[in-house]
Amino acid sequence: MLAGILFSLGLTGLLVRRNLIFVLMSLEVMLNAAGLAFVVAGARWHQADGQIMFLFVLAMAAAEVAVGLALVLEIYRRFKSLDVDQLSEMRG
Amino acid sequence: MIRLLWLIPALPFASALILVLIGSRLSKRVAAAVGAGSIGLSAVITILVAIGFYTAPPPGNSYTQLLWSWINVNGFRTQIGLYLDSLSLVMLLAVTFVGFLIHVYSAEFMIEDDGYSRFFAYMNLFVASMLMLLLGNNLLLLYLGWEGVGLCSYLLIGFWYRDPANGRAARKAFILTRVGDTAMSIGLYLLFTQLGTLGIQDLMQRAFAQWPSGSTYAVAAAFLLLGGAIGKSAQLPLQIWLPDAMAGPTPVSALLHAATMVTAGVYLIARTHVLFSLAPSAQLAVAVVGACTLLLAGFSALTQHDIKRILAYSTISQIGYMFLALGVGAWQAAMFHFVTHAFFKALLFLGAGVIINALDDEHSIFRMGGLRKELPVTFWTFLIAGCSLAGLPFVTAGFFSKDLIIWNAWSAQYGYPAFWIAGIIGALLTSLYTFRMIFRVFFGPLGIPVTKRPGYRMTIPLVVLAFLSIGGGFLKQPLLGFLHSALPSTIEAHTGGLTEIRSETITGLIFLIGLYFAYLFHLQKRNWADALVSGPVGRSLHQWWFADWGFDWIYDKVFVQPFVWASEINKSDFIDAFYSGVVWLAQWFYRGLSRTETGRVRWYAAGMAAGSVLFLAVVLFK
Amino acid sequence: MELAFYIAGAVAVISTVLMLTRLNVVHALLYLIVSLLGVAVVFYVLGAAFVAALEVIIYAGAIMVLFVFVVMMLNLGASAVEMERRWLTPGIWVGPAVLAGILIIEVISLVRGSTASLGGGVVGPKQVGIALFGPYLIGVELASVLLLAGLVGAYHLGYRKVEKTEIQHDDTHKGRAVAGGDLVLAGADRPARTP
Repeated sequence: MLAGILFSLGLTGLLVRRNLIFVLMSLEVMLNAAGLAFVVAGARWHQADGQIMFLFVLAMAAAEVAVGLALVLEIYRRFKSLDVDQLSEMRG
Repeated sequence: MIRLLWLIPALPFASALILVLIGSRLSKRVAAAVGAGSIGLSAVITILVAIGFYTAPPPGNSYTQLLWSWINVNGFRTQIGLYLDSLSLVMLLAVTFVGFLIHVYSAEFMIEDDGYSRFFAYMNLFVASMLMLLLGNNLLLLYLGWEGVGLCSYLLIGFWYRDPANGRAARKAFILTRVGDTAMSIGLYLLFTQLGTLGIQDLMQRAFAQWPSGSTYAVAAAFLLLGGAIGKSAQLPLQIWLPDAMAGPTPVSALLHAATMVTAGVYLIARTHVLFSLAPSAQLAVAVVGACTLLLAGFSALTQHDIKRILAYSTISQIGYMFLALGVGAWQAAMFHFVTHAFFKALLFLGAGVIINALDDEHSIFRMGGLRKELPVTFWTFLIAGCSLAGLPFVTAGFFSKDLIIWNAWSAQYGYPAFWIAGIIGALLTSLYTFRMIFRVFFGPLGIPVTKRPGYRMTIPLVVLAFLSIGGGFLKQPLLGFLHSALPSTIEAHTGGLTEIRSETITGLIFLIGLYFAYLFHLQKRNWADALVSGPVGRSLHQWWFADWGFDWIYDKVFVQPFVWASEINKSDFIDAFYSGVVWLAQWFYRGLSRTETGRVRWYAAGMAAGSVLFLAVVLFK
Repeated sequence: MELAFYIAGAVAVISTVLMLTRLNVVHALLYLIVSLLGVAVVFYVLGAAFVAALEVIIYAGAIMVLFVFVVMMLNLGASAVEMERRWLTPGIWVGPAVLAGILIIEVISLVRGSTASLGGGVVGPKQVGIALFGPYLIGVELASVLLLAGLVGAYHLGYRKVEKTEIQHDDTHKGRAVAGGDLVLAGADRPARTP
């Protein structure tokens, strides 16, 4: 339940904020919430699998943050703003 | 020899095919050789067949050659079969021979045209269809040829297709003959359902046996066939397409619309004469139509100034004579007039073509003049043909044939004095307009100077046809006798004070009166002609007759405008709405969906979230 | 135990909400770190001490530090706060709140059935390690490849050509009309400070 709440909060944040950094942060929140759900499940059945999944989720989150932030830097350089709505060249 | 019958339509058809497929790669000389040569060969074979037929007539005076079975469905059997008797033989000779001469003429006439091989392909296809029409032994085959000549007429009238006016004229011709064709096809259905066959000879026998004289079926069928004939032969009330058909090249006008195609209606009625004799009211209608048409067209011809239109109205008028003859029961006279008319009318058209060509495409007779010295051969041949048309006594063929019709209009079984009077007035008109034309074009001061003179390929056909226009008259007795085997002879019912000699004298006088008046008004005192036209009565009459007695205008108001109006409103009817509705729906979805492609990440994320919400809802509430 | 769970959970939720509503980026980052720490406590309560440690070290430690790093590099300043104020109108919360609300309700109704008791066995690190080297070996390898890819990608994206800045540097030097290239004497036109 907690995971669900956290997840939806993260989703809301993602949808609301226009600053790219915030978008990424909300994404992190969502990932965390998902990981939490995994761990809870693992603990319920006393298996290690939940934690392992969380480990993977963590690794993935790390990689994603690295690339994402590099992208943010590039975007800032290119567009001089971090407004997500402005980055809509794939319109149409 | 007679077994070569099938070659007669096959040769032009084969050459048409060749010209269609590889014509554009042939040189003009070869194309002309193929085109004219096939008709020439057909003419030669026709002559050979004719000799064989004449010297050793086959039993029953008819020869049938069955080629193969065409349709065999549930009791409806038709074959591709050729039927030759004296009637079709006479027409065959005329069509192939005159056709050959016109092809030779057009080899030079059309020499500068780009569509040279296309022209010959169409002309050959036309001749092939016409021959099929003449030789068919059943009405379906005849109808096939009928449609074929209609198609070729359309193609050839609109030959110079780049000018839209020509296309309009071609469409007008096609649509009007279509009206007639529809009537004819209904007639065919009627005949088949009632009598069970479409073979012409069988049909005539069964009709004679089963239907009493004057029965409704016979009358209905006869009237429907008459409808088809009226359309094709440009009689009242479907005559308005022929003057406009002059938009085509002159050889086309000569072949189709003078000598051959327009006489297809005459042939049809002559072929099914048994049917018509079973329906006296229909036959009377034929005569009435003929009489009215010949008068109407005669008056109109008097007012035209385009030389080809004068000749077109003259053709309508002369075919009216043929119809008149058929209507009063003078079958052979009608065919005789057809033969002579083919000669001199083709000659007139070819001569007109020479003049038009020589004067650099000038059509108006009021701008021509004094060509007597410039184009001597043309002048003499044209004069001979004109005299034949008007009926110069004793010398020309036209005199004999027309006179025979006029006499029969009085004396034959269904003749009435009214018909005779109509014939006489028609003769007067013919003489008038013919000599008006001749005096305006060839006499008087020089109008437009001559720029081009015809070569031998154009003058030789003229000369040959001139000889035939004169000599054809002497064919009268042999021809009538020859036709006796196919057509019943005319019963001379009543004379009532008039003999043939007297009738002939009167027509001869009429000719001279017409000649004199034409001389007066168009050569001697031309200002009298102008005065006549500019006076109040003269002017309105002139305009009315010039516009073909207002038929064009009537048809436009009654048929064309309402039809156009109806199709305008019908453009967006509810059935169309179905299709345009589909289009509109697709566009609506497109607009809607393209709004979802904003390129904004948050929007897409929201979309995904909404989607997963829905998915979970489905899972929950299942 | 249960109490700790609820408190930590509440802390995580509240700090997340706060994080979402901050105008300043750095503030929001700090709240996020608090939220992650709360989740770590939850992990510990559940008996997954290893994961709790991992959460703190990697997530709250490395990843958040990366965030801070980048934010500092971007140097957004007061104008960014202004922008955020403009962007974050109350009305904008409606749609996503509705969506998220529906999602929460659905998730809750999904998990309603199951009752789980906290506590129970502790799944120790040893168990996790054995599982990692056993059945989940492939996953480990894949994760390492993924990290490698992330590394290369980040490097490539962050690569900046050096010439541009050097050229700018030269221009500014020329403007100063001093024996150029020497950074020490770069400020020679300034009035010298008396040491």
